[in-house]
Amino acid sequence: MSWETVIGLEVHVQLDTRSKLFSGSSTTFGAPPNTQAGVYDLAMPGTLPVLNKEALHMAVKFGLAVDAEIGRRSVFDRKNYFYPDLPKGYQVSQLQFPTVGNGSLQITLDDGTQKVIGITRAHIEEDAGKSLHEDFQGFSGIDLNRAGTALLEIVSEPELRSAREAVAYLKKLHSIIRYLGISDGNMAQGSMRCDANVSVRKLGATEFGTRAEIKNINSFRFVEKAILHEAQRQIDLIEDGGRVIQETRLYDADRDETRSMRSKEVANDYRYFPEPDLLPVVIDEAYIEAVRAELPELPDAKRARFVSQYALSEYDAGVLASSRAMADYFEDVARLCGDAKLSANWVTGDLQALLNKSDLEIEQSPVSAQRLGALIGRIKDQTISSKIAKTVFEAMLGNEHSVDDIIESQGLKQVTDSGAIEKLVDEVIAANPDQVAQYRAGKDKVFAFFIGQAMKASRGKANPEQLNALLLSKLKG
Amino acid sequence: MTRRTVAELSRSLARGEFSSLELTQDYLARIRAHNALYNAYITVTEELALTQAAAADARRARGEHGPLTGIPLAHKDIFCMQDVLTTCGSKMLANFVAPYNATVVERFNAAGAVTLGKTNMDEFAMGSSNETSFFGAVRNPWDPERVPGGSSGGSAAAVAADLCAMATGTDTGGSIRQPAAFCGITGFKPSYGRISRWGMIAFASSLDQAGPICKSAEDAALMMNVMAGPDSRDSTCVETPAPDYMATLNDSLQGLRIGVPKQHLAKGLGAEVEAALQAALKVFESLGATVKEVDLPNNHLSVSAYYVIAPAEASANLSRFDGVRYGYRCASPANLEDMYKRTRSEGFGSEVKRRIMVGTYALSAGYYDAYYIKAQQIRRLIKQDFDKAFQDVDVIIGPTTPHTAFKVGEKNDDPVTMYLEDIYTIGVNLAGLPGISIPAGSAVAPNGRSLPIGIQLVGNIFAEARVLNIAHQFQQHTDWHLQQPEV
Repeated sequence: MSWETVIGLEVHVQLDTRSKLFSGSSTTFGAPPNTQAGVYDLAMPGTLPVLNKEALHMAVKFGLAVDAEIGRRSVFDRKNYFYPDLPKGYQVSQLQFPTVGNGSLQITLDDGTQKVIGITRAHIEEDAGKSLHEDFQGFSGIDLNRAGTALLEIVSEPELRSAREAVAYLKKLHSIIRYLGISDGNMAQGSMRCDANVSVRKLGATEFGTRAEIKNINSFRFVEKAILHEAQRQIDLIEDGGRVIQETRLYDADRDETRSMRSKEVANDYRYFPEPDLLPVVIDEAYIEAVRAELPELPDAKRARFVSQYALSEYDAGVLASSRAMADYFEDVARLCGDAKLSANWVTGDLQALLNKSDLEIEQSPVSAQRLGALIGRIKDQTISSKIAKTVFEAMLGNEHSVDDIIESQGLKQVTDSGAIEKLVDEVIAANPDQVAQYRAGKDKVFAFFIGQAMKASRGKANPEQLNALLLSKLKG
Repeated sequence: MTRRTVAELSRSLARGEFSSLELTQDYLARIRAHNALYNAYITVTEELALTQAAAADARRARGEHGPLTGIPLAHKDIFCMQDVLTTCGSKMLANFVAPYNATVVERFNAAGAVTLGKTNMDEFAMGSSNETSFFGAVRNPWDPERVPGGSSGGSAAAVAADLCAMATGTDTGGSIRQPAAFCGITGFKPSYGRISRWGMIAFASSLDQAGPICKSAEDAALMMNVMAGPDSRDSTCVETPAPDYMATLNDSLQGLRIGVPKQHLAKGLGAEVEAALQAALKVFESLGATVKEVDLPNNHLSVSAYYVIAPAEASANLSRFDGVRYGYRCASPANLEDMYKRTRSEGFGSEVKRRIMVGTYALSAGYYDAYYIKAQQIRRLIKQDFDKAFQDVDVIIGPTTPHTAFKVGEKNDDPVTMYLEDIYTIGVNLAGLPGISIPAGSAVAPNGRSLPIGIQLVGNIFAEARVLNIAHQFQQHTDWHLQQPEV
């Protein structure tokens, strides 16, 4: 029997505001425990929240980037529950009137087609602190540095149909928030967190199955694995005559499995009600238009422009546009060397491989756009061959020597002197009479052997086109 | 004995009749002599008071003083005061030393007022008799067998017994006005949003408002000039600057249109209170005012709506008292749940627990619409009734309470009867309006003691200056506010 997986994602994005959502405390990551918790964050009696306008601005920016309705009057609510890392005993969130309403974003499927995924809403809320259960001899430690940090919870429609689609959606979201500069989206550090609502149903069914919510998925790879695992668990369960129960499950990356956390059927009653310490947030048209004017070129528009302006393939354009930093890097390189296609090949090829190998982001690239542009420039003006360029590229790592200095000092300059090449060709022909005979007897493949020998003799520096032409004419004799 | 008002003390200080230090020492001596009987103070900050008094005298000598510089003051123990015990009348905070100052405290400090201490109150401001305090009941200076009212009962008793020149209070459903009426003094609740709530321990956030408890409307104006005004730390505090409340105190009442709610003169109002109200209306008429009846058709629903909204907000506001970070924590908890349960069971008194349960119930899934939403709808109707009334009148005058102060212990077994005593004050909080209670008569108790009667003047939203003006003009032509109990 064929099954279909139905997925909706709830993504918490930590907004990159300088201070917390409702207090002036700093939000820097990694400070010593409880050093970034002021009287409001500690829920001292008598303290009151004041909305951070930067957080609101970022939320609206996100809303406009995904073509969402912006709530003209958004309302904060209290979500009540007891937990030691929730100092007030309630979380301030938005239930009925979120700042960002219905929107959508486009993802690229594996076959290259586009699919639009609905965004139900995105609401602003405060983060909780952290409970630390180790190192306290039977006690728990509480760190409230994170308590009160601004989050944007982005809720998708249940329109994702596979783990791969879910990853594509998440990556697209990641790309957009980074483009907007509203979060670093670092999943490992928790500045982007994903909960997945997963259910299965028989292919063609119109009703949704019972869903399980999977929490604690902290990388793109784990999103895929967790969903695949959970969908299979549900399918196995149903095929064995069982029934999926609505519950929260925790993904354990070490064991690659999900396990039950608590049943939502006996879920907390959060007793939401409007937060009386804050006034409703009223947003007017002028504010929205001012934010809209600040929006950068977004990934989809950039990809389309790369295709039309630089004649890149959809694929290359998509890869380059997926990150604003990558796209900017590429455009810098292309402008410097004047060859967009070659630049795209280098950025998505050798440079990307290098970054992957060293687990670096483009912002941390050991080779600046200026230097890569200079390198490609030397390929274009035939100072070096593409092959030698790879050697130069390797030689550029770990130092700031200029491309030209490296070519010069390592003697990598391409040989274009036809006299010198001719001499090489003559020597190779003279040294290999048997292969010459084979070639002349019609064995064309031997030609590659001569190219190899001649290149070797030139230590790779012979201009390949010239070498090719000379060998051809000499061999034909 | 005639009362020492802030206005008079301020003039005496200015004339050099005595120093702030001498005045402060006099008040501290009175507290030492009489607080044991009235239990008005939870904490007396003697050392701080003497230091502040000396500083106030120095400031006055330099000519850098305002009207309240050197005037001894008491703060309701609901206001956080840095490095001072701030208990909110609860065992839960019996050990809590606040790490910061409330805006109200900050502003009185900046004005050079002298803080004598923190006054007793109903636990977390939940009560109308000051009997729910963990620190014991407060006694009414007019008759120590009787309650001073609540929740700002300690502040009211301290002002009435002249254990301070002036005091701060807070009012969520009548907690300034009702004790002012019971203690024969002046208590003013400004419009919601007129005074910052920063540092004021929350009971019901959408209703709580700080205000002056003092001996005259003029004193209230002097205090308002310090307390009122925008504060960026409270989002619900209005941004428009406060006017000078002294400037309009002497405006004429000629042509003033007074409305008397017909609902307030109906069944349930004590005869002595009604007589005092009628006599007061005659005084206003003699000053050029006209009196007409107004209709507040939904006022009878105010107590019910209030006892949904206030407990609902309180149930969340009091969640932070969990034993984790400060305040009371039960001994040797077995686990997290045990810690929560026992900390809160042992740390809160029964009235607070009752309201947390009521509020939690009202917000629960399946009941929210029937209780919380319905109560908010009633709140809007009550506000609309007032809006309509203020199209025809400038001020609404009625009784503050149906009766004079009751005896300690008299209403303890019947919370609902106690709640109903707030029928005239609660609607004013629900509508967010300014209301003042001023003394306007007295009744004689069976033991021969005289018991004060208060009337309430309610103004339109942010019409604080007008309300104070009307109350001041009344006090210029009567002397109820100057009567002092034998201490």
